[in-house]
Amino acid sequence: MNILDTNNLTIDFGGFIAINNVDFALKKGEKHAIIGPNGAGKTTFFNLITGHLPPTKGDVKFDGNPITGLAPHKIVKLGLARSFQRINIFPRMTVFENIQTALIARDNKSFKLFIPASAQNCQETEELLALVGLDGEALEIAGELSYGKQKQLELAISLAENPSVLLLDEPTAGMSPQETAVAIALVDDVAKSRNLTLLFTEHDMSVVFGISDRISVLHHGEIIASGSPDEVRNNSEVRRVYLGESDDAAT
Amino acid sequence: MDMLLSSPSFAFMQVLNSISLGMNLFIIAAGLSLIFGVLRVINFAHGVFYMFGAYIMYTVSKDLQLGFVTGIIAAAAGLSLIAIIIERGLFQWLYDKEHLMQLLLTFAIVLIMGDLAKIIWGTDQLSVSYPEGLAGATNLGFTFYPTYRLMLCVIGPLIFLGLWLLVEKTRWGRLTRAATQDMEMLSALGINVPLIYVTIFIIGSALAGVGGSLAAPINSPTPGMDATIIVECFVIVIIGGLGSLWGSFVGALIYGFVFNFGSVIVPNWQDVFAFLLLMIVLLIRPWGLFGKPEREGH
Amino acid sequence: MSWNISRGVSITCFIVVLLLVCVPLAESRYLIDLSTEIMVYALFALSLNVIIGFSGNVSFGHAAYFAIGGYANAILLTTYGWPLIFSFPAAIILSAVAAAFVAYFCTRLTDIYFAMLTLAFSMLVWAIAFKWRSVTGGDDGFVGVDVPSFIDGRVPFFYFTLTVVTISCAMLWLICHSAFGQTLIAVRENLTRAGFIGVNTRMMRGVAFVIAGAFAGVAGAIFAMYNRGVYTESAFWAESAQVLIMTLLGGMYSFFGPAIGAAALYLLERFSNEYTEYWPTVLGGILLIIVLVLPDGLVGLAKRIKTRFGRVNNQ
Repeated sequence: MNILDTNNLTIDFGGFIAINNVDFALKKGEKHAIIGPNGAGKTTFFNLITGHLPPTKGDVKFDGNPITGLAPHKIVKLGLARSFQRINIFPRMTVFENIQTALIARDNKSFKLFIPASAQNCQETEELLALVGLDGEALEIAGELSYGKQKQLELAISLAENPSVLLLDEPTAGMSPQETAVAIALVDDVAKSRNLTLLFTEHDMSVVFGISDRISVLHHGEIIASGSPDEVRNNSEVRRVYLGESDDAAT
Repeated sequence: MDMLLSSPSFAFMQVLNSISLGMNLFIIAAGLSLIFGVLRVINFAHGVFYMFGAYIMYTVSKDLQLGFVTGIIAAAAGLSLIAIIIERGLFQWLYDKEHLMQLLLTFAIVLIMGDLAKIIWGTDQLSVSYPEGLAGATNLGFTFYPTYRLMLCVIGPLIFLGLWLLVEKTRWGRLTRAATQDMEMLSALGINVPLIYVTIFIIGSALAGVGGSLAAPINSPTPGMDATIIVECFVIVIIGGLGSLWGSFVGALIYGFVFNFGSVIVPNWQDVFAFLLLMIVLLIRPWGLFGKPEREGH
Repeated sequence: MSWNISRGVSITCFIVVLLLVCVPLAESRYLIDLSTEIMVYALFALSLNVIIGFSGNVSFGHAAYFAIGGYANAILLTTYGWPLIFSFPAAIILSAVAAAFVAYFCTRLTDIYFAMLTLAFSMLVWAIAFKWRSVTGGDDGFVGVDVPSFIDGRVPFFYFTLTVVTISCAMLWLICHSAFGQTLIAVRENLTRAGFIGVNTRMMRGVAFVIAGAFAGVAGAIFAMYNRGVYTESAFWAESAQVLIMTLLGGMYSFFGPAIGAAALYLLERFSNEYTEYWPTVLGGILLIIVLVLPDGLVGLAKRIKTRFGRVNNQ
């Protein structure tokens, strides 16, 4: 059962075709990595799925229902959450408020003018904080946290939506090997305990080959290979793209 | 209204009036549009720059009797100097701050320079004479038309051509256009970005000054003239499209026609017209005729 | 229902209200007038901050709703002889409707155009008020407002203003600290992310704009009666600029900042006018200070001093 499908998904930026006729299927419950050289279009692909960019052609289906062209906040409500490559939190609010606001939005209480914000979803906020390991930092100003902790907050905010699918855009970008291990272990734990389907982009191959069930390779806006880690590792086209690239870099 | 229909020469005069008004406004609006195109800031102080241009023309041509052309040059030079002081002294500290702060800075300049003008030149309306060669009217065959305004109809397109060549055909112009796309990238390439900023600010402000000096014989220098002109500039650059040279040109012409024919057909309601036009454009096509739509989000 | 009001805040508010209640006892006409005007402008500035501080947009035309509220109340009371109990709410509703109209279009636009549209609309209101002499009195203003007898006197009117402004501030406080208010702050902090947590950001900013417009209308309606007249200046961009500066001077990131800014700017202007006729320059100077040094306003400055002090004490 595919929880996410794209068909002929294309976006044309006035001559520059960033994503070209991509047919992609995400199976429910799997951990699927999208890899590819820089500029391959990974973030653009995510933007197309989450409603931040309208496609020129093609469609996106979530759990069988078309979501092409829907506004981001509507897609989120359907169960598709996303974290960002660059830190995307609410910097001047406290860590607690960051998560609390996401929960308020999930429960459709954002427009309640006369119920106090401070009293909403407190227990659940604390649970989420504990889940990502930020319970000590609840009252810190989010913008003043360290990079790694901000990434944890990012994850917590995405989880607040009770998503069934989580899109992670380079979750370990900028992290040291230890931080990466910790972050990935957390993501893996959370995915298991909440039955999440995971779609993520990554550059760190140890992460990719470590936890993925399936991998797809994106190059110049097209998927050139898709399958199990072993299949992808041995795919000649993939090797050409990656090894070919590194040959150029060497010269 | 009847006059328009019954008298072709009257109608033709209104056409020329619209063009000459438009051309004068174009020179000023082009500066505003240019500054926005690169610095992404609406320079509220553009109106007081124009006003200073007019006042400088008064001082140079009337007080000091140094001639009209000298007045224009003085206005350009004076505003360039003011621009450098403002940009290097105040503006450069705000480039990485929020746009609101930058806009407020320009507004602070409006307040201060407005009072400065009152202190230097007083609060009376001053009059600037037409330059000798351009006073009086030219015989166009079927009607006479003020020579000075004809000069404006000619100078406007000339300045447009000059700016167009500058922006499209020179290396500097290419850099500036690149700057509107990606400032960080340029900086990473080793281009002196602050220099581009200053230069744009100077050119834009000088244009306002020149526009003001040219307008001085027609619109006598007086306190508060900055408020009128800045509104007109806003309407023009919004209609034409912020950041577009063609946009300022066409927008200014459109404004000239709407204003002139509007005041003939529906006198006294020009103000309402102007704001209504501004609102309508913002509602329907905010990026104007020649501008590019921006995506939502900070 | 825990509203989480800090003790410091509630005590300060209580003292301020108490002081205001006692103002008429000083029997100074000057003081009563000053306090009335400051209260009106404080409310006006607080309303603007719902747009700026709480949703992160800029309005250069907030005076439009102040003016609409003022003109509506004045015209309904005087030209049509409506009782205050009807004219006052009607004025507020009219301001809110105007704000809703503008908000509908504004929220589709990015920052610069949003601000330009607010400016354009307020100048349109100004121009119409200017030209529509028969209804608004045009350039001469709408004079001779029929103030209802029960508040027709300096002291009763003062208490009327105090009551209405206190209730309005309380409502604004509740709104700004509600689930809505906190979500609004998130919209200000990160528009894209707010969308990605499921918030309809366009609608949020629209509702915030309408709330701001409505309370500006309240301030305007009160002022119309206080002034016994409404003048076109109320809609002019200078008025919008002034309330904007008040909001920023006080501090846009705090709830009470704008109120403090309103009082501060008002007193500064009175003070400055004693010594010089060049208030615009002084105002420009204040603006430069805010922009270059104090972007978070006086409240922000106070907070920073407090943290400095705290750090020193902890050593």
